[in-house]
Amino acid sequence: MSIENTHLQIQEGLSEDYNNVRLFPEVKNMTIIGGTNKSGDIEPYSICCQSGDIICLVGPTGSGKSRMLGDIESLAQGDTPSGRKILINGEIPSSSLRTSAIGLIAQLSQQMNFVVDLTVREFIALHAESRLIPDPENIIDLILKTANNLSGEQFSPDVSLTQLSGGQSRALMIADTALLCPSPVVLIDEIENAGVNRKNALELLVKEGKITFVATHDPVLALMGSRRLFFKNGGIAGIIIPDEEERLAMRYIQKVDDQWTSWRDQIRNGGVLHLDDSKKKIYNRLIL
Amino acid sequence: MKLVTVAGPPSSGKTSVILHTIRELKKAGISVGVIKFDCISSGDEDTYQAAGVPIHIGLAGNLCPDHYFVSNIEECVSWGLKENLDLLITESAGLCNRCSPHIRGILGICVIDTLSGINTPKKIGPMLRLSDMIVITKGDIVSQAEREVFAFRVGRANPSAKVIKINGLTGQGVLPLADEMKNTPDTITVNDCSLRFAMPAALCSYCLGEIRIGRDYQMGNVKRMEF
Ligand SMILES: Nc1nc2c(ncn2[C@@H]2O[C@H](COP(=O)(O)OP(=O)(O)OP(=O)(O)O)[C@@H](O)[C@H]2O)c(=O)[nH]1
Ligand SMILES: [Zn+2]
Ligand SMILES: [Zn+2]
Repeated sequence: MSIENTHLQIQEGLSEDYNNVRLFPEVKNMTIIGGTNKSGDIEPYSICCQSGDIICLVGPTGSGKSRMLGDIESLAQGDTPSGRKILINGEIPSSSLRTSAIGLIAQLSQQMNFVVDLTVREFIALHAESRLIPDPENIIDLILKTANNLSGEQFSPDVSLTQLSGGQSRALMIADTALLCPSPVVLIDEIENAGVNRKNALELLVKEGKITFVATHDPVLALMGSRRLFFKNGGIAGIIIPDEEERLAMRYIQKVDDQWTSWRDQIRNGGVLHLDDSKKKIYNRLIL
Repeated sequence: MKLVTVAGPPSSGKTSVILHTIRELKKAGISVGVIKFDCISSGDEDTYQAAGVPIHIGLAGNLCPDHYFVSNIEECVSWGLKENLDLLITESAGLCNRCSPHIRGILGICVIDTLSGINTPKKIGPMLRLSDMIVITKGDIVSQAEREVFAFRVGRANPSAKVIKINGLTGQGVLPLADEMKNTPDTITVNDCSLRFAMPAALCSYCLGEIRIGRDYQMGNVKRMEF
């Protein structure tokens, strides 16, 4: 079953209660209106993001990426240290939207863990229950399949969450967030965990029509964005829109990254690396 | 003076949340003091003092902290008035899950953390069920799905409360709580106010300190198991 079909089913299967869970309107776009950086200088940018956009946040540690994610998460209205303002569909979000606990914004970060002691299947069923989905079997299967695709190492639905490897649990979190979290906006803080196909992960979120913000030091992820915000001294110091040249470079880096992943998997599984003659030539030239 | 009661399980993040809220309220020129109810001494006195917050500690010893709270809250209010506070916050560690310090007509907040387990919202009883606002902390370290499940269950346990998320480490999300406190009406006295929930009273000799086992030592309202 395709993702679209499953989603349709979810929508149809929802009871009246659903309105109590989904406290937010459809989000077509989100606008970030600049505030000030750490020295109090004006941040002369206003960024409008559409459903399906990936915005990458780059910059050295401490440059203000997390501060930006925090502003988005709390739908800042000039009331945070940065003075930024966030608009939803061009309007100031209502206070109930700002305080709703099952929020507009979902988050994925490196320090997040599963803490419940359940099997993977029970866990997804539990999440589905809180979304009031009456017959969760389809969505459980879909999330499992997707998570297994994202993670190099397969896992079964009957394994306990606490037994998953770092890559497996990251993959499950991503698949679950994309397919079962109602939030139209996703914030990602560093997912360069080995063992997750990052490209497929981002594509999955885009396909689900989410607006995705990714704070990262990873060039593969950073180049994948439709825009790249460069941070310095607590504020946006520049916005880069990838051009043809960058796109070409990205495809190359992607290839190297894929090659790297496949080598890593081979070695991890007891394999031996083989190079054909043309590869040998290329590598010999490259390492000179 | 405004009065707010904050209750929640031990280590749920009450002190962290209160301190961030006070920082926000201070910006608006509001002076805030805290009364902390605990069983045995905690390091909270130093924490509040270090933040320049007037603090008074009440140690309940072997009494239920909420019972101790209700017998002393009037004097707490007098202390707050004497200290010229604009807002007095009481912080109590809810321990027995059967009691609650929340008073009718006085803003009651419950602080609960996502690490405490997904069944906790159902278990912790009146201090959550009868609060006006529920603060969920520690969402930064659990998966998005667990945050949602937790918030959903909190909403089920108390459908009428406002539920907000606060990161007790960074203070992110504290503004709606500060606003709620700012907008709560003044209280001159709690004399003649009522608790929202009748606390289970001392029922038997064991509540009064008895430790020996045997029918001879049992007095009062004793309930026996059936076999
Ligand atoms: N990661 C994380 N840690 C938190 C958060 N909130 C509080 N903590 C930590 O949890 C611990 C307990 O926080 P406190 O604020 O002392 O909790 P409390 O409810 O006042 O505790 P008692 O008064 O002893 O019952 C501290 O180490 C805090 O730093 C949060 O949102 N995220
Ligand atoms: Zn009690
Ligand atoms: Zn007793």
